[in-house]
Amino acid sequence: MATATVAPHDEAAHEHHEHHDNFITKYIFTQDHKMIGKQFLITGMFWAIIGGFLSILFRFQLGFPEMSMEFLRPLLGGWIDESGALDPNFYLALVTMHGTIMVFFVLTAGLSGTFSNYLIPLQIGARDMASGFMNMLSYWFFFLSGVIMFISLFIKTGPASGGWVVYPPLSALEQAIPGSGLGMTLWLISMTFFIVSSLLGGINYITTVINLRTKGMSFSRLPLTIWAFFLTAVIGLLSFPVLFAAALLLVFDRSFGTSFYLSDIYIGGEALPNTGGSPVLYQHLFWFLGHPEVYIVLLPALGITSEVIATNSRKPIFGYKAMIISMLGITILSFIVWAHHMFVSGMNPFLGSIFMFLTLIIAVPSAVKVFNYLTTLWRGNLIFTPAMLFSIGLVSFFISGGLTGIFLGNSAIDIQLHDTYFVVAHFHLVMGSASFFGLMAGVYHWFPKMFGRMMDAKLGYIHFWLTFTGVYLVFFPMHYIGIAGFPRRYYSWTNFNFADMYTDLNMFVSVAAIITFAAQFIFIFNFFYSMYRGRKATLNPWRSNTLEWTTPLYPEHGNWPGEIPTVYRWPYDYSKPGAAEDFIPQTVPLSATPESNLPHEQEMVALEMEIMKDESEVLVANESKH
Amino acid sequence: MEKELKYVDMVEQPISMHPKKFALWLFMVSVVMVFAGLTSAYIVRQAEGNWLEYDLPEIFWITSGIALLSSCTLHWAYFSAKKDNFLNLKIGMGLTVLLGIAFLIGQWYSWVAMVDREVFFVGNPAGSFLYVFTGLHAAHLISGVIFLIIVLISTLRLQVHSKAMDVMEMAATYWHFLGGLWLYLFMFLLLNH
Ligand code: HEM
Ligand SMILES: [Cu+2]
Repeated sequence: MATATVAPHDEAAHEHHEHHDNFITKYIFTQDHKMIGKQFLITGMFWAIIGGFLSILFRFQLGFPEMSMEFLRPLLGGWIDESGALDPNFYLALVTMHGTIMVFFVLTAGLSGTFSNYLIPLQIGARDMASGFMNMLSYWFFFLSGVIMFISLFIKTGPASGGWVVYPPLSALEQAIPGSGLGMTLWLISMTFFIVSSLLGGINYITTVINLRTKGMSFSRLPLTIWAFFLTAVIGLLSFPVLFAAALLLVFDRSFGTSFYLSDIYIGGEALPNTGGSPVLYQHLFWFLGHPEVYIVLLPALGITSEVIATNSRKPIFGYKAMIISMLGITILSFIVWAHHMFVSGMNPFLGSIFMFLTLIIAVPSAVKVFNYLTTLWRGNLIFTPAMLFSIGLVSFFISGGLTGIFLGNSAIDIQLHDTYFVVAHFHLVMGSASFFGLMAGVYHWFPKMFGRMMDAKLGYIHFWLTFTGVYLVFFPMHYIGIAGFPRRYYSWTNFNFADMYTDLNMFVSVAAIITFAAQFIFIFNFFYSMYRGRKATLNPWRSNTLEWTTPLYPEHGNWPGEIPTVYRWPYDYSKPGAAEDFIPQTVPLSATPESNLPHEQEMVALEMEIMKDESEVLVANESKH
Repeated sequence: MEKELKYVDMVEQPISMHPKKFALWLFMVSVVMVFAGLTSAYIVRQAEGNWLEYDLPEIFWITSGIALLSSCTLHWAYFSAKKDNFLNLKIGMGLTVLLGIAFLIGQWYSWVAMVDREVFFVGNPAGSFLYVFTGLHAAHLISGVIFLIIVLISTLRLQVHSKAMDVMEMAATYWHFLGGLWLYLFMFLLLNH
């Protein structure tokens, strides 16, 4: 393969000068990575509200099983029966849609889509993504996939109901459950578009990070956010195609009568013609995506946290290299642990032990990351911005949810815990809440860059404390319910004696969930209010080192009006001994900071001067050519 | 000295690949993953027993030959383009497109042969898998043929020459990849049925 030194930066800049954007090219079919990032964010927020609302509906059922849901009839229509109870089939649809929406639309597209798009070019010093067009397509495929999923909520037979993992045979047979009819078909179509969108986005992120870094931005000077987004994209590139393969075979089983996943099934005493299939095959394929997917969701949040914690502790991130190595470790390991979701699928217990061993190894890099966060915070000059609080919240959830993972990872203990509320508690803390807090931290932190205004900090604090306590109140009790053996995805449990004593606890959880959900509207208000009325931001409100803060307050398409800045140091020079300020941006040359340079950096100064001289000559020469 | 070199390296613009070519490679990675997923599903499923045995259509040997040949003609076209030998370039591209279409027709006949053996798409997964492999591969191959036709049209317009090789290079990369993918699938089936 030929290699070439590409300078698409300048091309993009010229393009921009030539045509002026109208409303459509600026806000709708835009190719500007910043606007695309915002599109992902707003769409993600929309889905978060829908997904959250669905969970409130099924929490009503779980917390107040006797309650009349008559008041929901205007919205849910036929899904409320004459006696005012929620239809059990619709309960399953709600759970399924909540999971699908939250995992894919909010925490994958809303998180990676927003911040990878918004931050990659800004933090590596590029004018835009490698292909603005592909980037635009990525958003619109996501949008289309969302439209289809949204429509599926309103069809007569209801949306897909087989759980977010859509296991066959439940999802493969229309006779099995109403949601496995048209709803499931729409789910599959929607997810296909979603996969296309993720791949287009991911290919772009990887290409951009590798090829379009500015001068001096070596891999060892990349902010950890970029490392995280990069590895996330790599994981997505390797795992989403496998989900596609799984879904394709499911489509064939559903619509063409093949038997990849189906065998010897009797419905109403009649045998189906399918023989020779294996539902466990689907589980293997699904979890080969499914487990990496949880890290697709988590890694960007961890990256954002690294950045926010280092900035607001005014300290270099502890163990920069260790952070990168553990993320690499997680990336690789995430592909070889999938069968821990299948311990009770009848697999060979010996194989189970192997997967148990591999699973427990993942705890090591995860723990390394936690220690590094804590040691970065340790004795820092902490500044508790809302973003910082959310980042610390993430670390807290990562610990409390990660610990339960170690229990679940034991194939013997998992026999008791599998598919109980214990699992629900585990992943809502470690994946759901942690990633959601990462998303929030990112929004609070980069809002001034996105919209040129500050979000209201007081409202941010209220939002944080309500959400943080809310999350623990909702998910902590679930551990007990789970250990007691209460299975997830059950519409009603009042018929079982053992579960009766948890009625109060479930009621408590539901109330906490409703309050937590309501608290999110404080954020929504703050977001939109601050967008128009917020205090004007300064150029670098958090006194941060990374490149995005060197752009103008309202960066145009192309990001920097003049030359792209050159990078001379890593992004974590906070509170460097001897330095005048407690931060030194990446664009400050070593030669400008003799007072704080370390001995080996001092040696580099002479060289740096030479290179800068050469460069300015080239620049002058270029200027005179014009 | 070593340090110096390292440092100079770091302030330079990072050496980079043509972004579109790079993206093509990433796309091919994702295609590899689709087929890796499917072929491992095949192995997992086969290990469970209840597996229909049948003979592979012989025509696969012919289509594999065609795939190899088309890679050769494309390579010839590629070198002709590099040497600005436009006549050979056009012939090479034309031949490759024809061979690509011939391959697709051959694959269609493999399905006919399967039906003659009474192995249908609907039935034991052993047979269904073969249809999925060949069908999905053919779908990608069609995209490859379309790409080749686009390049062919630009060669007719003399837009491909030694100074403008990017599209040609990408077409060649993709086409060789698809050929290789087919050979992998064929070998896989030979070894595992
Ligand atoms: C210390 C590391 C971790 C270990 C050992 C671990 C282990 C496990 C195990 C064994 C299960 C299966 C439980 C069952 O279904 O019976 C599970 C479920 C799950 N884990 Fe983890 N986990 C860890 C960290 C994480 C992280 C970091 C995330 C996400 C970012 C995560 C997300 C999930 C999800 C989403 C599920 C449930 C999927 C479902 O059934 O719907 N886990 N975990
Ligand atoms: Cu997992």
